[in-house]
Amino acid sequence: MAKKLLLEHDHIPGIQGYEVYRKHGGYASVEKAIKTMTPDSVVEEVKKSGLRGRGGAGFPTGMKWSFLAKPEGVARYLVCNADESEPGTFKDRYLMSRIPHLLIEGMITSSFALGANTSYIYVRGEYYYIIAILEKAIQEAYAAGWLGKNILGSGFNLDLFVQPGGGAYICGEETALLESLEGKRGNPRIKPPFPAVKGVWGCPTVVNNVETIAAVVPIINEGGEAYAAIGIGRSTGTKLISASGHINKPGVYEIDMGVPVEEFIYSDQYCGGIKNNKKLKAVVAGGSSVPILPADLILKTANGDARLMTYESLSDGGFASGSMLGSGGFIVMDETTSIVKNLWTFARFYHHESCGQCSPCREGTRWMEQIIHKIIHGHGELKDIDLLWDVQRKIEGNTICPLGDAAAWPVASAIRHFRSEFEDYVNNGHSIQDVKHYYSVNNLTEA
Amino acid sequence: MHSTMENKPQFQADTLKLIKEIKARYPEGKQKSALLPALHLAQAEFDGWLAVPVMDLVAEVLDISPIEVYEVASFYSMYNLKPVGKCLLEICRTSSCWLMGSEDIVRYLETKLNIQVGETTPDGMFTLKTVECLGSCGTAPMMMCGAQFHENLTFEKVDFIVQNLQAEGKRKTYFDNVVVENY
Repeated sequence: MAKKLLLEHDHIPGIQGYEVYRKHGGYASVEKAIKTMTPDSVVEEVKKSGLRGRGGAGFPTGMKWSFLAKPEGVARYLVCNADESEPGTFKDRYLMSRIPHLLIEGMITSSFALGANTSYIYVRGEYYYIIAILEKAIQEAYAAGWLGKNILGSGFNLDLFVQPGGGAYICGEETALLESLEGKRGNPRIKPPFPAVKGVWGCPTVVNNVETIAAVVPIINEGGEAYAAIGIGRSTGTKLISASGHINKPGVYEIDMGVPVEEFIYSDQYCGGIKNNKKLKAVVAGGSSVPILPADLILKTANGDARLMTYESLSDGGFASGSMLGSGGFIVMDETTSIVKNLWTFARFYHHESCGQCSPCREGTRWMEQIIHKIIHGHGELKDIDLLWDVQRKIEGNTICPLGDAAAWPVASAIRHFRSEFEDYVNNGHSIQDVKHYYSVNNLTEA
Repeated sequence: MHSTMENKPQFQADTLKLIKEIKARYPEGKQKSALLPALHLAQAEFDGWLAVPVMDLVAEVLDISPIEVYEVASFYSMYNLKPVGKCLLEICRTSSCWLMGSEDIVRYLETKLNIQVGETTPDGMFTLKTVECLGSCGTAPMMMCGAQFHENLTFEKVDFIVQNLQAEGKRKTYFDNVVVENY
């Protein structure tokens, strides 16, 4: 495997602390940017790198940065989205707890590029222990002169603060996050205006995911072109993948974009194959929101090409036969898994997390959970499957923010690819999978 | 109410100082941004939940109206609007944890503590709560108590954790120091 860009030093003892981090080349990107570059040339470098938002949407970061409005005399803000809550995703937690200074460094370099003099890292409240880790790293960075007034004698000032969330998936949506940062309920805003024009407290704001901001560090150190040389097509650089479920080696892996999915699942370098030598049944490749794919379609596209870990390859075939890279939350399910029961945990999740602002989402997510609950408890009718299809279709595209779509897609894809399992529950009052419908912890410890 | 006025809660001096520092993180006039962190501090200080007089106190300290506090406290899942036990056991139930046996963990804890999810043990020690994905999918199943993530749970591990918490007998908060497991 090629050189890691983000996690190269994550196993070095003491890397959480400033001294060790600095010894391994830490804060070089800040030095390089402030001493030898202009803010605009940093933005240009990020554009050249082809870096795309790592939170899930995959929007080109350099372009997002170039949209930032710069009216005279108005403060601009950089806000890091560390509200990692997409089921199946734990890469940001790993990065922040293992190598917190990488995020701090990325925040400084990025704030310089954007002309932000105050920046925030919005961390989900459940990660309170990570807030403590970040605050310690920030104190160290202040003490070493990387934060505060007149950084490196350049006249550039930056204050960096950590803000806790209160437990709400919706705050991962950037405008909901900004509402939350303002001390309000996390109700997404109608766009436009986009945050780049009117963000936190009405000021121009850029919101970027943790991994995106961390990636700015190697991009500035090694150049945008070197970063863009890794990967395939418009999927450049490396990506952190959170691998979980029925695999031998769950964890966070930094891959070069373009690794074949089959290699990722079965190679000992990554997931190490399916637990207990079971067969692969399905994969949710990019966090709970993206369509679930059966084994044959996750390993190969409908055309028979090997499926690769890139934005383009994972979405090859559209929603009929493809999925999305999303946040890189890679959930693997073996042959014993009940797709319908797993879907129920997703439906329950979206119902719980809907902010309640738009009726199709507020009512639809509740309704979908109820229908799936009815089906898995043996009270479903065949027409309920069609009703479920109908409800998800009426949520998708009809809400202010993408949570509605995110709730609809798992339902649609489960019915599209595993309809017979729904019918099993309806016709038999149970599913064949109920013989062993989830992993028993006792079996796990015996295995 | 008069009785509420008489028992009006007060923050400790250290907490007030901390809230003042937090308020200084935002631009002039935007002190409402300190609401979420202040509610976490209030919850940790006042028995793990936000009674109405406590929320009113937060409103007063931030100079905002009480309704602005209530609407936020009721929106986010980490704020408890009812009393909870000293140890709130928050068990993840979403996909990856479910695939790895979180239902077993929930049932085991329900039997062991002789309470249902949402209930508190009669001695006020434990409250069971199921929560949505806490970002511990690679180390599933998991539960959280205070700030501590307990990962790769087995029944034996749950026994050990519950026993330790019981022996310690202390209220757990999101501000506790934690042991970070290697994962």
